Amino acid sequence: MALRIAASCVNCSACEPECPNEAIYPTESAFAIDPAKCTECIGFHDDPQCALVCPVEETCVIDESYPRYQPAA
Amino acid sequence: MELSEREVAEAAIKAGATNVDDIMQKMAEHKGCETTSDGGKKASCGTAAGENDLPPEIWDKVKNHPCYSEEAHHHYARMHVSVAPACNIQCNYCNRKYDCANESRPGVVSERLTPEQAAKKVLAVASTIPQMTVLGIAGPGDPLANPEKTFKTFELISRTAPDIKLCLSTNGLTLPDHVDTIARYNVDHVTITVNMVDPEVGAKIYPWIFYKHKRYTGIEAARILTERQMQGLEMLTERGILSKINSVMIPGINDQHLKEVNKAVKSRGAFLHNIMPLISSAEHGTVFGLTGQRGPTAQELKKLQDSCEGEMNMMRHCRQCRADAVGLLGEDRSAEFTTEKIMEMDVNYDLATRQAYQARVEEERLAVSGAKASELQVLAGVESDIKILVAVATKGSGRINEHFGHATEFQIYELSTAKGAHFIGHRRVDLYCQGGYGEEDALETVIRAIKDCHAVFVAKIGGCPKKDLSAAGIEAVDEFAHEFIEKSAITYFKRYLEGVAAGTITHVDRGDLVAEIRPGEKAVDVVAAAAVPAE
Repeated sequence: MALRIAASCVNCSACEPECPNEAIYPTESAFAIDPAKCTECIGFHDDPQCALVCPVEETCVIDESYPRYQPAA
Repeated sequence: MELSEREVAEAAIKAGATNVDDIMQKMAEHKGCETTSDGGKKASCGTAAGENDLPPEIWDKVKNHPCYSEEAHHHYARMHVSVAPACNIQCNYCNRKYDCANESRPGVVSERLTPEQAAKKVLAVASTIPQMTVLGIAGPGDPLANPEKTFKTFELISRTAPDIKLCLSTNGLTLPDHVDTIARYNVDHVTITVNMVDPEVGAKIYPWIFYKHKRYTGIEAARILTERQMQGLEMLTERGILSKINSVMIPGINDQHLKEVNKAVKSRGAFLHNIMPLISSAEHGTVFGLTGQRGPTAQELKKLQDSCEGEMNMMRHCRQCRADAVGLLGEDRSAEFTTEKIMEMDVNYDLATRQAYQARVEEERLAVSGAKASELQVLAGVESDIKILVAVATKGSGRINEHFGHATEFQIYELSTAKGAHFIGHRRVDLYCQGGYGEEDALETVIRAIKDCHAVFVAKIGGCPKKDLSAAGIEAVDEFAHEFIEKSAITYFKRYLEGVAAGTITHVDRGDLVAEIRPGEKAVDVVAAAAVPAE
């Protein structure tokens, strides 16, 4: 139920302030997403903000290792 | 008693003349030539129009800003701090993955700084380079896509180094949201990159923008961007903040359209228009680099700049510097000020020393203006259609003071009886990221960069390169070593015209020879090849 940031991250920080869940944090060489906080922007925006603002395609991607986020009914 | 130029200039300053124009005016009066009657703002005696026509309050804002005043760029330095990595639009000439210490172009930096590190760096540079008068934030992303970091940096610097002018450079998408904050931090100068005012053209330059939580593409993206840019520009003008417009000239995409851009920004109060050549090379990994989109030749660029010249002031001395550049525009001293080195520096910010140094710079500057004014007298009364270009090797201060072999760029002046010596641009000859060039290749590069020039003025040159330049039709001139550029150029031009009149010199128009702005780059080689008709 989350997005993840791939190794192609250029560390530009554009995603960090856009995240409505404050799930994005800097690491040594790239940014990362806390999957426990990420809601794929469901409930906030039509599309995940990190993926929309990221300058490198296919960098903020769905993390297949997590089940898709299910908003509370 | 006959007064010297210097004495007249000094008397003018004592009498309250605060800008170069007033001083020039006094000097012109002293020389007994006609003066104009527009309130004394404009110097006569054929002084080139443009900078010298500025109202005093504007001149005061730009006179020490190397990017806003061509004259200032010979004397004053600027620095950029790379605190703004994020961007909110994608441009086909930019690649955010690129980070190279040996590459000099916008959007490239070696390291990113926090606002606190940036403030320390500014103090360190200001203490080491007292003629550094301007701090800009230009990326490597968009400063206004990183508003907290950008304005925090300004806040820290205005507190510790209040004499330093602040400026920023933006794509304009969020500019209207930040204009009031910009005004509050006393940011005097804002540059907006405007590559189009027609969304159809914009769609070929911008693949997408991120705006109000959505990604827009194509014509819709370009339409939003241009509306926001124009709105932001109007808001700056309303608040009396000087704006410079940067436009990237992309042949076949927006080259002709930039005349429309020029009209649009002028009508909204832009102060200066800087049309820059596209830098495009496959190894940069940009969309334009990969698709083989070429940049303009020096001639194409000059022609477009000339055609906009009557409309508003054109900037021709831009070096398209990095987002962490430090120093005079033609040099880059950023390697001296890495974070590691700054943190070890014992910085002592001494405003008095800086002011004393800058006072000396002003003296030097006055001497350059004086020399130019007096030499223009030499051309008075001579009329000719002949125009020639000369290349100059200089380290700054307005003098011919660089050895031919050490020059990393040449400044280009156009000489005519109408304008005297008119700065029209520069040509880079350092071979960034190329490596392995022998001396002969280096000379070949210089010739490709300045082959539309009749002469190259140097402080010193060896016999061999002098001969090779001569074979290429370029005269190497070292007799004006360490003298003022414009004065020397006019002396040379007068002698040239006399030679033509006497029949000892046959004038050849070299203006059509294709010269390259950055001959080290591969994409430009394609242009040079394309420009030569196949036999």
